Order: sequence, then C-alpha cells, then structure tokens
Amino acid sequence: MSTESAAVSTATAPTAPRVADSGAPRAASGRPAGASGGTGSGTAGTDAKAGTPRPRKPRRDTLAGYVFLSPWLIGFIGLTAGPMLFSLYLSFTSYNIFSSPEWIGLGNFERMMNDQKFWGSVQITLLYVLVGTPIKLAAALGVAMLLNARNRGTGFFRSAFYAPSLIGASVSIAIVWRAMFSTDGPVDNTLNIFGIDIGGWVGIPALVLPMMILLAVWQFGAPMVIFLAGLKGVPNELYEAASVDGAGPWRKFRSVTLPMLSSVIFFNLLLEMIHAFQIFASAYIIGSGTGGPAGATNYYTVYLYTRAFRDGQLGYASAMAWVLLLAVGVIAFIMFRTSNRWVHYGGDSR
Amino acid sequence: MTATRAMLAVDERELRQARPKSARTRRRVGKIAWLVGILALTAVVLYPLIWMFAASFKPHSEFGSNMGLLPENPTIDNYITVLGGVAGVPLWQFFANSLILAVGSVIGIVLSSSMAAYAFARLDFRGRPVFFTIMIGTLLLPFHVLIIPQYMLFRNLGLVDTFVPLLLGKFLATEAFFVFLMVQFIRNLPRELDEAARIDGAGHPRIFFSITLPLIKPALITSSIFAFIWSWNDFLGPLLYLNSPDKQPVPLALRIFNDQTSTSDLGATIAVSVLALLPVLAFFIIFQRFLVEGVATQGLKG
Repeated sequence: MSTESAAVSTATAPTAPRVADSGAPRAASGRPAGASGGTGSGTAGTDAKAGTPRPRKPRRDTLAGYVFLSPWLIGFIGLTAGPMLFSLYLSFTSYNIFSSPEWIGLGNFERMMNDQKFWGSVQITLLYVLVGTPIKLAAALGVAMLLNARNRGTGFFRSAFYAPSLIGASVSIAIVWRAMFSTDGPVDNTLNIFGIDIGGWVGIPALVLPMMILLAVWQFGAPMVIFLAGLKGVPNELYEAASVDGAGPWRKFRSVTLPMLSSVIFFNLLLEMIHAFQIFASAYIIGSGTGGPAGATNYYTVYLYTRAFRDGQLGYASAMAWVLLLAVGVIAFIMFRTSNRWVHYGGDSR
Repeated sequence: MTATRAMLAVDERELRQARPKSARTRRRVGKIAWLVGILALTAVVLYPLIWMFAASFKPHSEFGSNMGLLPENPTIDNYITVLGGVAGVPLWQFFANSLILAVGSVIGIVLSSSMAAYAFARLDFRGRPVFFTIMIGTLLLPFHVLIIPQYMLFRNLGLVDTFVPLLLGKFLATEAFFVFLMVQFIRNLPRELDEAARIDGAGHPRIFFSITLPLIKPALITSSIFAFIWSWNDFLGPLLYLNSPDKQPVPLALRIFNDQTSTSDLGATIAVSVLALLPVLAFFIIFQRFLVEGVATQGLKG
C-alpha cells in the first residue's frame, strides 16, 4: 500500500459511519464496531430510527409490534422483572420454603457481615475474578496476535483454541480437571519430573485457586476470537507509520495495538468479569458440592446455592443474590465511567 | 477478498525477488519458529481432551500406576461398565433426556427470539427503544436474583421435576444473547425486500415467515448450535428442578458417577465424560465456521 492511499483512508475513516447512516437502509452497518457490544448497539437502535425519516409517511406497527414481542414481554415480566422484585422483597425476610416469609428488615445483611463462610466465599470469588480474568484476557490477546501475524493457515488453530470455550464450563471437563490435578495425575507427574513433589493440587486449599484459574485461562478462545476480529480491523498503515517513526515491536504494541483495541478490551473485560462471578458447575463438581477443601471451592454461587437449596434459607440467599447484583452493577458502572479515559472509539470503524 | 489476496500475493513475490537472500532465510526461520510455537500451544490446549480420551481406555488397574498418556492394555471395559447406567437408570435414558431438553431449547429459542428480533429490528411501535435497552440490560444480569423466586413459582405451579421450568424460558426469549444476535443480523438485511412484499399486500406475519426467516438462516443456525450446546452442558437448571434420576440429563448422571464412583472407578467416570462431550465436539467440528464467525462478527461470546 502506498502512503498516499494511507493518508486518504485515515482522512475518510472518521466520517465513514456518518455517510453510511445517511444511506438509511443499512444504518446499522455504520455502528462503531461489532465488538463494541451492548451499549454500542443500543445507540445503533436509536440511530436506525432517527436515520429513517425518509419522504415516506411515519408508520406505526403497534399491533404487529406487540404481537411479535409478546413472548419476550411475557417472559420479561413473568420470569425476569417479577422474580427480581420478589427476590428483592425476600432479601428482607426470613424465609424457608415451608413457612411464609417473615419481614426482618436488614437482618440478612447484618448476618452476612458476621458470616465467616460468606467472607471466605467473597474472597476466593474476588481473587478468581480479579486475577483470573486479566490472565485469561492477556492469553487471549497474545494468542490472537500470534495468529494475526500470519495471513493463511490459521483457521485450524483458531478453531482448536476456541473449542475449550464451548465445553470448559461443563461437568465433564470439571471431572477431567480434577483427575488431571489429583495425586499421580498428569500434572503431578509432570512436576515430579522437574523434582517438584507437591502431590495433587485438589487436596491443597491454597492450590485450588490456581487450578481454577488455569481452567478459566484454558477457555481463552472466546475472547481470542473477538480480539482477532478487532486486530483485523486495525489499519496496517498505522503500523507502517509507526515503523517509519522508528517504533520497535513493544512500542507498536503499546501505541497502536492497545489503543486501537481498547473498545474490544473493554467489552471483553466487562463480559468476562461478569461471567467469572457466576462460576458454578466446575467449582461444585471439583468440590463435590461441599465447597471443600477448607472452603476453597465455595465460590459465591456455590455458597448461595447451598444456603438456598440445601439449608432452605431462601431469604438469606436472596440477600446474597442482591449483594452480588449490586457488586456487579458497581463494577460495570465504574468501568463505564472510567472508560472515556482509556477506551477510544474513534479509529475502529470498519 | 480474493482480489486483495491476489494483490498481496503479487506484492509478496515482488518483494521476495527484490530482497537479498539473508532476509529470505530469516523470514523462513521466523515462519518455522511461528509454526513450532503455535503447534506447541495447540498441544498444550488440546492435551486435557487427549488425556481424557486416552484415559477412558485405561483398565482399572492402570490408574495411579501407569504414568504415561497411553494405556498399556487398552480396553473398552469402562464403556461397557458405564452402559449399564447408574442409580437404576440406563445410560441411554440420560442421553434421551438431554436430547429432549436440547431440542426443545433449540425450537423455543429459534421461534421466540426471531419473533422478538423482528419486532426490535423492523417494527415501529411505542416503547420499543425502552424495551430494547431493557433487553440489552438483561444480558448483564446475574441469574442469581432470579433462581430463587423462579423456583418458588414453578414449585407453586407443581412443575418441579418436569421439563417445563427448563424449557418455558426458552420459548419466552429470556436469553437476550440470541435476540441480540438476530437483531444485528436483521438490521443488516436490505429493507427493500420487506417493502416490495408490503406493496404486494403481504402483512407482517407473511413478511416474517417468507422473507426474514429464510434470510437470517445463518443466524438461526448459529443460535441453534449455541442453544443446543448450552442446554446440553447446563448443570444448575437440572440440578434445581429435576429430582427423579429417570428424568435427569447427562450432567446430573455425571455428578452421580462422580460422587459414587470417583475414588473406586475413575475410568468409568471419565468414559461417561467422553460420551457426554462427544455430541458437543461433533457439533463443533461440523459447524465450527458458524460458531467462530458468529462470535467474531457479533462480538459476543460462547
């Protein structure tokens, strides 16, 4: 590519979406980028509407609209909004399934403050989310860049790396993972070769967290695929311009790749963190449903399940659910609020 | 696409001729290093699956004594043991239950999500922007705030220990991921087709069934595969709602195997794990392009 065309394409890039918008019928294709996810599409929805005042008369499809939306509406009211409100009510009550709920105000939350097991589960869940997610995303980005370095023959690897994302949360893999990390399992044997003899990781509380994080990192394929799509959207001219300016690989990575991918990184970070908070099947199976050893698999969801459906403390468990919802909400809020400092939406229009 | 690729190829050839030999060998070394690196990584990533498959053929006595990957005396005993089932239920019954749940999920999700997506993407009615924002919001909602009241609801309706609690939500488009995926797809279809049909006198049901649905087939296929695999792997839902072993799907059978026999018969447990993963892997190998591309273009994840 010549420098001329590079200049032209960077000059026109910011206006491109606008042009697409005024071209009405394909308004949605001008959205910031597929990967900008939830909020991006929300604005795309209004854009599409605002972009359509064409010569033709405004038309309302009220009846058809509600008919087509009725399954979703019924589901939303009956299975999402209604239950949410009811669970908010339950969180202020003492309730087991056989008696009727008894209002206790903030009693559940006060009890939570002094519940050692609750804080234990908060601690391991936060560690898992805050340590595991960045490692997983770093792995995803690293491998995506490795794949992006070649133009051809990467399809097989992309698929092979994606496969664990589909099955990683299943019971089968949890069983395999436990077997692999148990005494005389493959991991133990491999470490023995190097003279490290710590036995199986499954029985040692301190090593269960690394083992769970490795299971999460193993599923790096889904964010990797999204990163790869983002990398394909970074114009090559930027790297060429950086080379001309004498930038080395590290500098190119910091000054071109990271800023150009920031919206994709933001999106992946948000979704992966929310996803990580909800770990259940793997932890439940690896700890045989007990949360053991010594609470090391007693992740938030496992503990909530135990309280609700084994101990029958539905009020307390509802309070736990709302604490989690608030925590996730606060994290998402902070991320959105700080995002304008490190997320650049400008350049990644495709 | 092919044109640019051809141009690149020409470019490369010209460059190669112009470049001195040392650069060419350096390039080749780089290529080999890349290949070695990526193959090593592939081996590490796929190792758990290979190990699992190999271990399922190890006889009982080799667990703990045979350190190697491959069984010394490969046997299919584990699979034969496992076919008898567990908790008085034959193995095929668990698979049949999983299949009913997965197929039911696929049908429900494809029907309800495509209807909702058509309304969001094509119909103009009061409240649509608000509903759309709410729908996107539910993508981020942790399920924890829903499971307890939903459980009480289905318990009061006498529907615990039936498939209804696990399927009803699928027919009511409660999984926003699929609605969102289809909305994105429909928005990228040209509106002219709808308008032509409308001029010919077609109503919305007709346009939906005759124009939109056939055109969004790729999105429907992607959704179906994800719906199938997620239902197949689901553990929490069946754990909550299905108590009788004869109604339980494979993940719960695995849990029983895991609790009852893990110390005494790891081989059998792993053999069931292999069988449980086979349909998912088969789907993946056949439809991987749809899955990976669906994830890449929608910016959403599996």
